[in-house]
Amino acid sequence: MASTAGVAQDLRQAAKDKKKDVGQMSQWQLMARRFMQNKLSVLGLLILLGLYVLAAFSGFLAPYQFNELDSNNVFTSPTGISFAGGRPSVCGQSQVLNEELLEYEYVEDCSKRYPIQFFVRGFEYKLLGLFPTNWHLFGVSQAGAPVDEATGKPQEIKLFLFGADNQGRDMLAQILQGARVSLTVGLIGVGIATILGSVLGTASGYFGGFIDNVMQRTIELISSIPQIPLWAALAAALPREMSVVRRYILITVVLSLVAWTGLARQVRGKVMGYRSLDYANATRAAGGSHTRIILTHMLPNAVSHIVVVAALAIPGAILAETALSFLGLGMLRPAVSWGVLLRDAQSVQVVMDYPWLMIPAVLVIITLTCYQFLGDGLRDAVDPYS
Amino acid sequence: MADPVANTGSTATTPDGGVDNLIQVENLEVRFYTQVGVVRALNGVDFNIPRGQVLGVVGESGSGKSITGLSIMQLVPRPGRVEGGRILYKDKPDSKTINILDLGRQSDEMRAIRGDDIGMIFQEPMTSLNPVFKVGAQIQEAILLHQTPNKQEAWDRAVDILDKVGMPNARRVANSYPHELSGGMRQRAMIAMALSCSPNLLIADEPTTALDVTTEAQILSLMRDLQSEIGTSIMFITHNMGVVAQMCDEVAVMYLGRIVERATVDDIFYDPKHPYTISLLRSIPRLGQKRGQRLEVIKGGVPDPYSTVTGCPFHPRCPSFMPGLCDTVLPIEAFIEGKTNHTVRCHLYPGCTPDSDQAVTGVSGTIPTTSKAQ
Amino acid sequence: MVNFIARRLIAMVITLLFISIIAFFLIELPPGSALDAELLRLRSRGGNLSLSQVRELEERFGVHDPWQEKYFKWVGGLFRGDFGYSFRYSREVGPLIAGRLGFSLLLAGTSLLFAWLVSIPLGVYSATHRNTIPDYIITTIQFVGVAVPEFLLALVLMVFAARFLGADVGGLFSRQYEAAPWSWGKVWDLMKHLWLPVIVVSAGSTAWLTRVMRANLLDVLNAQYVQTARAKGLKENAVVWKHAVRNALHPLIMTLGGVLPALIGGEVIASIVLNLPTAGPLFIEALRNQDMYLAITFLMFTSVLLVIGNLLADLLLAWVDPRVRLE
Ligand SMILES: Nc1ncnc2c1ncn2[C@@H]1O[C@H](COP(=O)(O)OP(=O)(O)O)[C@@H](O)[C@H]1O
Ligand SMILES: [Mg+2]
Repeated sequence: MASTAGVAQDLRQAAKDKKKDVGQMSQWQLMARRFMQNKLSVLGLLILLGLYVLAAFSGFLAPYQFNELDSNNVFTSPTGISFAGGRPSVCGQSQVLNEELLEYEYVEDCSKRYPIQFFVRGFEYKLLGLFPTNWHLFGVSQAGAPVDEATGKPQEIKLFLFGADNQGRDMLAQILQGARVSLTVGLIGVGIATILGSVLGTASGYFGGFIDNVMQRTIELISSIPQIPLWAALAAALPREMSVVRRYILITVVLSLVAWTGLARQVRGKVMGYRSLDYANATRAAGGSHTRIILTHMLPNAVSHIVVVAALAIPGAILAETALSFLGLGMLRPAVSWGVLLRDAQSVQVVMDYPWLMIPAVLVIITLTCYQFLGDGLRDAVDPYS
Repeated sequence: MADPVANTGSTATTPDGGVDNLIQVENLEVRFYTQVGVVRALNGVDFNIPRGQVLGVVGESGSGKSITGLSIMQLVPRPGRVEGGRILYKDKPDSKTINILDLGRQSDEMRAIRGDDIGMIFQEPMTSLNPVFKVGAQIQEAILLHQTPNKQEAWDRAVDILDKVGMPNARRVANSYPHELSGGMRQRAMIAMALSCSPNLLIADEPTTALDVTTEAQILSLMRDLQSEIGTSIMFITHNMGVVAQMCDEVAVMYLGRIVERATVDDIFYDPKHPYTISLLRSIPRLGQKRGQRLEVIKGGVPDPYSTVTGCPFHPRCPSFMPGLCDTVLPIEAFIEGKTNHTVRCHLYPGCTPDSDQAVTGVSGTIPTTSKAQ
Repeated sequence: MVNFIARRLIAMVITLLFISIIAFFLIELPPGSALDAELLRLRSRGGNLSLSQVRELEERFGVHDPWQEKYFKWVGGLFRGDFGYSFRYSREVGPLIAGRLGFSLLLAGTSLLFAWLVSIPLGVYSATHRNTIPDYIITTIQFVGVAVPEFLLALVLMVFAARFLGADVGGLFSRQYEAAPWSWGKVWDLMKHLWLPVIVVSAGSTAWLTRVMRANLLDVLNAQYVQTARAKGLKENAVVWKHAVRNALHPLIMTLGGVLPALIGGEVIASIVLNLPTAGPLFIEALRNQDMYLAITFLMFTSVLLVIGNLLADLLLAWVDPRVRLE
């Protein structure tokens, strides 16, 4: 009933802006319109776009390098920012000698404030991976910093928006860097799976017979091994020692090796449906080749469904990367992904003491929820009757 | 389709004076509150079903026939709501009249009426039986609910009634699942279920539309036989005038949620008044029609249910459209002179145009639909 | 019926055979073996293994055999109830993993039951009260529930339980029962520890099943036969539960085969965080250490579960829906 209402709504919407008649709108325009009407999906899409932009500009947004260790700031909690005097500023730290342990300890000292500055120079990086620069969105003015008694150099006053981890690395920088991996591994993995699934599914559904039979048995076999253990076994089969980039590529391959089966099944079903339709027969009768029939008739018709199925598969793949990295089988340090970061938050004690280590988990949840909204909206837009 | 002359209904004795109406519907209004706006499905429907008679309800699809039937059962689906009017029901000629709409939708009284007093058959025989239960069990369920608490007895009765609706090997049919039966058999099973508790009224919503012509003829003759045997009244919903001619005693013609003409089946076929009825009749093929003569179609289509038509809702498509009157004033229902009860809503006939002060109320009957902006 | 089951069982055995080959190959794939690691450990302790001793060990465990040969040795062993040897734990895999698999199964089974018992009523309620505030709440929780990774939920719940309920979190038993023989007290202690992992493991599936149930029931409630049932005079509850729900269970049952291994997957992760004595953490350890016989035993075990789950789903489906014929 909701769907008929949805269709009626389209008609009304179209009738309202008299510029275009629904009858004249292309199928894609209709889908786009239906999609835009689903507020949650649009919201999901916007949030996701925002996250991707943040990831793309990670170097600019992060005040420190993501792998910069700092033994003075182990497990530092998120820095408090005060707006005293109308300008955002942070407190400094003063060094006190612990008489019992005979070590220097750092305590917050708000007697002197260090203003936060915007558009400052910092470490070198490549903007969008292309343009070398050292501009950053923000940093802390170091003017008047006290001298560290142990090293004799001025203390560095740091701003940890999301706190620091067990090695004093800035969580914000790590999260931004991790987003680059976490937001893309699943996407690319599903991309590869989609190509694989579309080609194999189309072949299977179109030719039927022996090819179809072999394909179906293969898919059945793969889906007879539970996904997460299979993913884990595949990932474990990767050599431990290799470059970050290679590992990244191989993990996407691992993800796609399992994910293609579902896509192939869906595409096969669609293609089998189309095969029996008249226009395919007509093309064949007119002497059209297989490739021609597949490329001109079946794929265009199946594309919208492939997109939907792919979109619905993305959250699973992202979650899989996070889980594998969390288990120490996916991405490994020095690479950073949200799953890798969460590895540090495996025990209750750590979570209770340093809750900011869970920020990556919040981002995982937001990302997955948005992808779900997006996938749902796409499905409803493509197929309002289901 | 059969010539209308041959069939004028079996119990067509027009009651005069003290009419014993099983059901009397007065000014029924139903609206659907959809996300897009309010759909006025029924806008003041009046009709009555005399005891033991067959009332045909005809009209194009979307005119509100099914919703009328469902209103009597209090089964209008969400987001629809009955907004006004009365549905008076009299169980026996001498029993008290009750207004069905006063009963709660889920009340025990209402559920006692459903299935026991009033049975219903739907258009789609393929989907109106539950695929996971045996046919016999589905009929037995109704009997257990209303007639006897004894399971075995209910089952035997279910088999009996299946036998009665002409099922070959009723015992086996009772033990089969719906998907094992053909469309015609399923519709017979549905009729058996609806009649299992000997209801006073059977609402048949296009029971033969989905069937092929041969099966349709069988089902119709079965319903006619059962009707004369049990004495059940039938509200026969259809858009097929040929079926009306075969089945009905009286006819109500619906257009856009209103009844535009009511008469005996003879009057409808031989003396139709409303231009809509006339066009409906012209659009059925007849014997003796000259070859090559085109079948008439009613020009235009049913307007978008969300939009508002001022005046007579049929005026945009009416061949006798009178500018200035038909498009501004809603006609009211008036009697046509004659021996039989024959009413019409059309400005062509005297009494249908309200006087000026009534005209105000008449027009206010078509409050523009307040479509909620999304 | 008997015929159907027999044929399905044969197909199952063939499937499992293929799976075992794939799995074995996969786990054999990475270079090095657990024995190397073990030797390294021995050497680092200052043990002076002679080359001939190493040879002998390698010979005994067939480290240098081609993988096909190892495979057949392993399969042969299976029939004798010999699942291989864990280098890491220096024990037979069978006894090492047996108890833990039992707990895995217990946890997954309880979670499955929990997921069904919660998701069906919730889905039904949500569908029959569409567009009411409880429906919105349920729907929102569902969306988030599918998106929350198990380990996060595990951590959050543990923190919550530790802080506010004073519950003894982590593990499946209190210390005094850990090594004790089975008794009613121990069973009760198990129950007290089990609820948290069950919620963690089943949360995703519950959310997902609720969503499926709601969508299906909405479809079914529009079906003509539901209106027929109402027209009979049945109570709305009977209409929903007897006529509609039974038809909406379909897709739920079809996913039964898939839910079980998904639960096992969740169990692996939850067990690591919650420190449970199940097979999951052992599996991950084994993968990381190339302890192949241990890893493959677990992988095969979950595959067997999945295949059995699929068979059960088929039987259940035929029982629920007469249109599905088993032949
Ligand atoms: N679920 C619904 N939602 C919105 N409008 C509805 C719904 N069901 C029926 N209607 C409206 O009620 C009108 C009458 O429908 P119906 O009684 O089914 O027509 P008929 O049976 O004469 O073909 C239709 O025009 C439609 O606009
Ligand atoms: Mg209808």
